[in-house]
Amino acid sequence: MKPARKQRLILIGLMVIGAGLATAFALKSFNENLMYFFSTTDVVEGKAPKETLFRLGGMVIKGSVERPNDGLMVRFKLSDFSKEVTVEYTGILPDLFREGQGIVANGRLNPQGVFVAEEVLAKHDENYMPPEVKGSLKNQPQPDKGQ
Amino acid sequence: MFLIPDPVGRFFHRMASPPHFYAFTERLMPWLVSLFVLLTVAGLYGGLYLAPADYQQGDSYRIIYIHVPSAWMSLFIYVVMAIAGAIGLVWRIKLAEIVAISSAPVGASFTFIALVTGSLWGKPMWGTWWVWDARLTSELILLFLYLGVIGLYGAIDDKRTASRAVAILALVGVVNIPVIHYSVEWWNTLHQGPTVTKMDKPSIHVSMLIPLLLMALSFKFYYLIALLQRTRTELLLRERNAQWVKTMILGSKQ
Repeated sequence: MKPARKQRLILIGLMVIGAGLATAFALKSFNENLMYFFSTTDVVEGKAPKETLFRLGGMVIKGSVERPNDGLMVRFKLSDFSKEVTVEYTGILPDLFREGQGIVANGRLNPQGVFVAEEVLAKHDENYMPPEVKGSLKNQPQPDKGQ
Repeated sequence: MFLIPDPVGRFFHRMASPPHFYAFTERLMPWLVSLFVLLTVAGLYGGLYLAPADYQQGDSYRIIYIHVPSAWMSLFIYVVMAIAGAIGLVWRIKLAEIVAISSAPVGASFTFIALVTGSLWGKPMWGTWWVWDARLTSELILLFLYLGVIGLYGAIDDKRTASRAVAILALVGVVNIPVIHYSVEWWNTLHQGPTVTKMDKPSIHVSMLIPLLLMALSFKFYYLIALLQRTRTELLLRERNAQWVKTMILGSKQ
């Protein structure tokens, strides 16, 4: 390879590496802000903001959804498989909202530690399969997560 | 250059010469178009008709057959554009410069399609058209990068200087590609994690996966067709005073 070309190639390589490093540091320092939601553990441990709006994500615990006064108000528990937070929401829920499904709610904590949501978004999982396959999977024993 | 067999090396060397490239791609085009049509028909028939409905999303998930291949293409084309730009910068090959700039509008279109179909999918499933999560935001930045490349190229009159400027912009923007791909793993996002491109087996049923891969392949061919057509036009424009263009045009008139 001619020296001039080699020099240009090295220069380009350095430029790409430099841009990569700069971005990596920038993303690292803004890591908290890039999180779209707080987990329920963050809320229980007091890492979530107290007064302001924030987003809370987690899985709706099976059997926890209730409508206390027959209105549009729904109360349910969210979990990240370690800590739980109670959520209250008044309004129409998205199609995919159901027990055992991941959701992201936007709202704030009230003094009792209940998360009062103003908006609820459903998070769908990365699995796609026909209903029959889902039915037969349910009948099989679940494999261990650790494997 | 010892690892590349001689005929392959010769082929690429010939391809870098504009007259050869122009003649060769003209003969290639009908084959590419028929393959593209075949793959698209098979992919759409498989995806919209043969594939079963999803256990959770019903028939709405079928937008995946446009959304996911477009999103893949938006990343793939960007990488091709950056590599072509780098080759143009280092070896000053005219054809590489033209391939880089000809990729930009195609890539921008695929990015736009991925964003729009994603938005249409998000409304019924998530309950919102748009959120500023890491995946959606980084994909939007990709669209702006493409638009930046197109704008910068148009703003500089001397096209060889413009190509060099554009290549540098494209190379700096490459950093966004892994960010888009890994955004759903590095941060909490509303967008779900990867389905097909993860280490263990894909979490999509095989009857749904095959049409998806067919569509992905068909989009690759579409890109190739669009890229070659754009490259040929750009080549004629840049080489309008060259002898081979004159002979070709005058030769066909006689």
